[in-house]
Amino acid sequence: MLTFDDYKGQQPSWCPGCGNFAILNTLKKVFVDLAMQPHQFTIVSGIGQGAKLPHYTKCNTFNGLHGRTLPVATGIRLANNHMTVLALAGDGDCYGEGGNHLIHAIRRNINVTLLVHNNQVYGLTKGQASPTTPQGRVTKIQPSGSLSEPLNPLAMAISLNCSFVARGFAGASGLPFLQEIIKEAIRHEGFAMVDILQNCVTFNKVNTFHWYKERAYELEAGYDPTDRVEAFRRSLEWGERIPTGIFYRNDRPSYEQGLTVLKEDPLVKQALFRKDMSAELAQLH
Amino acid sequence: MEYSIRIGGEAGQGLQLIGGVLAKYFVRAGFYVFSHQDYMSRVRGGHNFYQITFADRLLESVRDTYDLLVALDLPTIALHRHQLNNQGHILYDQASCGGKQEGEEFLDIPLALLVEELNAPRVMVSSASIGAVLAVLDLPLAPFQGIIGDFISKKTEEIVASNYAVANAAFVYARAHYDTIPSVPVATLADAPLMLINGSQAIGLGALASGCKFYAAYPMTPATGIMNYIAGKAAKYGIVVEQAEDEISAINMALGASYAGVRAMTGTSGGGFALMTEGLSLAGITETPVVIAEVQRPGPATGLPTRTEQSDLLFVLHGGHGEFPRVIFAPGTPEQAFYLTNKAFHLAEKYQIPVFIQSDQYLADCQWSLADFDSRLLYQEDFRLRGELLVGLESYQRYAYTESGISPLAIPGDSEHLVVVDSDEHDEDGHIIEDAPTRNLMVEKRLFKKMALLREEISPPLYYGEHNPQAIVVGYGSTFGVLKEAVEHLAGEFKIGLLYFSEIYPFPLLEQFDYVALLKEAPVTICVENNATSQFARVLHGETNHRCTYLINKYDGRPFTLQTLIGEIHAYL
Repeated sequence: MLTFDDYKGQQPSWCPGCGNFAILNTLKKVFVDLAMQPHQFTIVSGIGQGAKLPHYTKCNTFNGLHGRTLPVATGIRLANNHMTVLALAGDGDCYGEGGNHLIHAIRRNINVTLLVHNNQVYGLTKGQASPTTPQGRVTKIQPSGSLSEPLNPLAMAISLNCSFVARGFAGASGLPFLQEIIKEAIRHEGFAMVDILQNCVTFNKVNTFHWYKERAYELEAGYDPTDRVEAFRRSLEWGERIPTGIFYRNDRPSYEQGLTVLKEDPLVKQALFRKDMSAELAQLH
Repeated sequence: MEYSIRIGGEAGQGLQLIGGVLAKYFVRAGFYVFSHQDYMSRVRGGHNFYQITFADRLLESVRDTYDLLVALDLPTIALHRHQLNNQGHILYDQASCGGKQEGEEFLDIPLALLVEELNAPRVMVSSASIGAVLAVLDLPLAPFQGIIGDFISKKTEEIVASNYAVANAAFVYARAHYDTIPSVPVATLADAPLMLINGSQAIGLGALASGCKFYAAYPMTPATGIMNYIAGKAAKYGIVVEQAEDEISAINMALGASYAGVRAMTGTSGGGFALMTEGLSLAGITETPVVIAEVQRPGPATGLPTRTEQSDLLFVLHGGHGEFPRVIFAPGTPEQAFYLTNKAFHLAEKYQIPVFIQSDQYLADCQWSLADFDSRLLYQEDFRLRGELLVGLESYQRYAYTESGISPLAIPGDSEHLVVVDSDEHDEDGHIIEDAPTRNLMVEKRLFKKMALLREEISPPLYYGEHNPQAIVVGYGSTFGVLKEAVEHLAGEFKIGLLYFSEIYPFPLLEQFDYVALLKEAPVTICVENNATSQFARVLHGETNHRCTYLINKYDGRPFTLQTLIGEIHAYL
């Protein structure tokens, strides 16, 4: 029987009050709920404050490069489709540096759960605008305010027919719901994207936990997450009211299911070498 | 005996089919064959050519001249007739070459008309050309039937028969109207059938033979041939071939697959490798094995996309930020490419490092006729810590300090031991650190200790020639064949030798063969490179302090050709 303490890792180096603590604790609860042995899953992360998270729990870890979580996660899944793979990235990491990889991971429908720590600002590099920073927000680099339209990650994912699209909120009131969303995302067979709204106590003085708490609400019971057009409509809702929950899901086959070489065993369990190459040589005669 | 054919025309006129079928025909007939392609970066139009030499002895380079020119269009005649050998001939169809050509060298075969008379599709002019060529060479047509099927997409009996009928019509016409031109004896040379193989196939075959289970790449000429070959074998060998969204993704996918426990590879050309350098550095610090095929074409930027150059040696040597070990192999023939790809996988896994196979368009596309490779010479050793062995361990640290600098490489999920890797500097457990002593220990472990051992793995260069030569030709990579043939040719007149490197980095040690002493004692040393800035000569100087007397460079995007190179070397002797 696994307990919360079985996932105790290194001492976090985050700012006191950072939303990452809440996400870390929620994840550990998910691991307990799903009875995930630490060696049975791998967390791939990039670079950013949130990306340090795998060190602060217990799991197989590939803490790679900024923006490159999804290609690494894809490679792991293709080599070993019995391994549960989570990818952790921030809004800059995943929606900025790694934007192209996100589009194509969604298209492939690789069975990876992507958790995006979205605090609408660059934390590690100290406060520049991120792809989700609201238009007009003043930063050191954008003294006249950010000029670009912020990315709507949910609308984008739904438009790409992403097989699981959700949003959670990492404030205290949103955590039980976030825990359920992440569990569903991990159980989902296919690519699951969970955008997690979190605060940045140091660099985002506007979108605080209090700000979110006043706006965030759970999608109503009876909401149909298989209705793609309705999901898209709801994904556009932002401002006074911000919906959270599973916006959209479909059951299109995962990428791994389409690969015949993975039908029997994962690649990592298949025979290593073939001694006899004569058939290939004969083909060249 | 030696005989060369050049086939010229527009892209889309069937050059690949004509050249491909004839090359296969000659090798099956028992000749040694060398073929070379020169093509533009377009799918239709322009001007391309395909050249085949066949002989009764091993061939390893492109000839400047030829005995038969097959002109599929008028520009071919204008562009290539001046390189025709004395007594050479030009086979053409006046319908596609602007009317009748005057001159004894012209063999006028109404290819299109013959196809039309048989109500066959226009594309079968290619088969008609082949029939006419075989007729003038006095070779039998029958073997064509067993070859053509492999070169057409719809391989039905009816279509093969139709192609044969067309080829036969041209064969009969040519026989009736022209004397057999050269007397080419049907060869019975090799005991066992020879393979007809290009560099891309050899690298792909090397990967299969080395247990490669994952290949991710973004399509880029001239590297795509490797992906094509492996993709064709993927189902049989249990390989996932993934077409990534870009080269950044390709190398990161390969690293993810390698981390998860399988042998992984990626391939690209210079522009794609530029995008991979970030991931290369990641392989360096995470100590993740990966094999990278870098198939060069002339740069900078898009350069000459379908042509050849050896201009990325220093880029591959220095690519990636930070300092970490790597190995670079630059094979000169498909045979070397096969065995060095195998050695690349072996060293990548043994030392947990990135290893390069550097090729180029010339090696990728040229075909050699070679005896079968010997599977018994392959490295097939597993270095992963897996299964029972791993389960039985009391503790595991991914980056444990060891005498050799090589830490045990465990498979995540195979036991309760966690495998933690990080692109940040890390401790033995793989967790992030910033303290100076740990940093020093890690650099010592993954760089200094491993490099010392890696040097011992590198084979010395090859030397062909006299013991006390008056001149040594120096080269590396894909120029092997042309250098060897040029030196053999000049050896009749001069005391000359060839010093050739295919294992480039770490630079070979001198214990087994003191090639530096050999270089220092030779009055003249000439470094020949398919680039503008003599990158290899610079590496050689940096590693050995030997400066070559003369440098021969070629940077027009074309490979060295035998007679021209002989002349260039001769000028320095």
